[in-house]
Amino acid sequence: MPAMGMTTAMGDTTEMMAVGLGHYLTVSAILLTLGVLGIFLNRKNVIVILMSVELILLSVTLNLVAFSATLGDLTGQVFAMLILTVAAAEAAIGLAIVVIYFRNRGTIEVEEISTLKG
Amino acid sequence: MLNWTLALPEIVLGVSGLFILLGGVIPKKESFFPVSMAVIGALILAAVLVLGQGEGTAFLGQYVADNFSRFAKVLILLGAALGLLLALDFNEKAGLGRFEYPVLMLFATLGMMVMVSANDLMSLYIGLELLSLSLYVIAAFDRDNPRSAEAGLKYFVLGALASGLLLYGASLVYGFAGTTNFDRLADALSGDDVGTGVVVGLVFVLAGLAFKVSAVPFHMWTPDVYEGAPTPVTAFFATAPKVAAIALLMHVLIGPFGDLSAQWMQVIWVCSAGSMILGAFAAIGQRNIKRLMAYSSIGHVGYALMGLAVANDTGYRGVLVYMAIYVVMNLGTFAVLIAMRRRGRALEQVEDLAGLGKTDPAMALWMAVFMFSMAGIPPLAGFFGKLYVFLAAVQGGFWTLAVIGIVTSVIASYYYLRIVKVMYFDAAPDGALDARPASLTVVMASTGLLTLLFFLFPAALIGAAQVAVASLAG
Repeated sequence: MPAMGMTTAMGDTTEMMAVGLGHYLTVSAILLTLGVLGIFLNRKNVIVILMSVELILLSVTLNLVAFSATLGDLTGQVFAMLILTVAAAEAAIGLAIVVIYFRNRGTIEVEEISTLKG
Repeated sequence: MLNWTLALPEIVLGVSGLFILLGGVIPKKESFFPVSMAVIGALILAAVLVLGQGEGTAFLGQYVADNFSRFAKVLILLGAALGLLLALDFNEKAGLGRFEYPVLMLFATLGMMVMVSANDLMSLYIGLELLSLSLYVIAAFDRDNPRSAEAGLKYFVLGALASGLLLYGASLVYGFAGTTNFDRLADALSGDDVGTGVVVGLVFVLAGLAFKVSAVPFHMWTPDVYEGAPTPVTAFFATAPKVAAIALLMHVLIGPFGDLSAQWMQVIWVCSAGSMILGAFAAIGQRNIKRLMAYSSIGHVGYALMGLAVANDTGYRGVLVYMAIYVVMNLGTFAVLIAMRRRGRALEQVEDLAGLGKTDPAMALWMAVFMFSMAGIPPLAGFFGKLYVFLAAVQGGFWTLAVIGIVTSVIASYYYLRIVKVMYFDAAPDGALDARPASLTVVMASTGLLTLLFFLFPAALIGAAQVAVASLAG
């Protein structure tokens, strides 16, 4: 772990908090919450939902990398690489489905997606 | 140790999938039928290899082959092969006779096999995603039909959310337990003081898996997707992936989280009771028979989870027996639904079955067998499925759950018996259904006979389930 202080370009040192595991986990939890809320509160556009899904996956990746660094264990980083790969495939398939949906309906507004109910 | 020969069924299935894909792309004309036959051949080959598979772990503990995974894989391969057989004629008539369909089914099956053999959170995730990505595409396979596109879109959005939650849980479990391997997780979590982080992670993992098995409160995608997707796709969704997801849920809960059973038992209890109640009540008012089957499948998952909530070997055996019987009954029922076609148009309403008892007595008889079996009327197979989970619940002292199960199965028999009533006592409005293709008759008759005559030889299935559970808990 590097020292707690940080030298600025001016030469004087300012006491700063080291970024620890807790901070990463907090950021990741916030990202997850934003992603989930983005899916449920979004009434406008399906593309926003796709972005929210990516946000959730990124929060997981951040979590894994932070844990991996703290534990000194590479498994988390390998897992993160796998998630990045699968996320790309998932986005491609999601966009393809959005395209065929748009061809059929001429809209991708979330509130219009309600033919099937009961 | 790599021990790659243990994964031979998956490797063979994956490689043959790639070659079959190549064989589908190269010819100029559409090759749906030959590609389907090749995929069924590959599935049968994989099943033979699974039966002859050894036991042990492979790929540095990422993969495990044991009696439990063998039991689940045989069921999955059976469900997938019969599910593809159901699609042959329907897809040709509906203009869906494209070779991508069988290939996607093959890769979905491969994903399921990896899932049930996963011995690490990473291989679990890869298998689950291989399955999910293939299913998103085949849900939207009827791409010029707005309903199918909507089904695919809804399934994709909610499925991706569920995968995200599962992964978030997996990351917490990894961080707080220090490993992703199931065996090492079981060691790390065996003490009394298990941290809150792991329990939170377990809850997220459970939420993701409950979505995949469509248990209440994560069931909302099921009716829409089942109704919107083409009928053979619905038949596939309701059978093989459901077995795979239940098997995965069992494997994860009993293996690495076995010592946290006090925590997850309550969650499963609530999911089970909720699914049984919703499955019984929500299906009553349905007129679309695919939607009705969706609620019915939610109810059946509730009964299966009852065995898991009991958290002992008798309960687990009950789950496996239930799922095996469920797959057979469901394949037969969907064979009848796929055969519902009048003057070339596919039908989906319950009323369209009216008068089937007179116009097509054989099909009406099989449908009646499946409906009575799903309602749990002895001596049909469905009765034994329910018997073994109820027995486990009562022996384990889960009286409330058992009573809920019995009451809801009485309520659910109302809508199953209504279908029988429509078939035999309502007049046919527009004459007979179209003649059904031989492939559907084969599926109907074989699953029908299994359902009808199960009571003569229950020992084989129950013995296999017993052996499978022993390898899981031991």
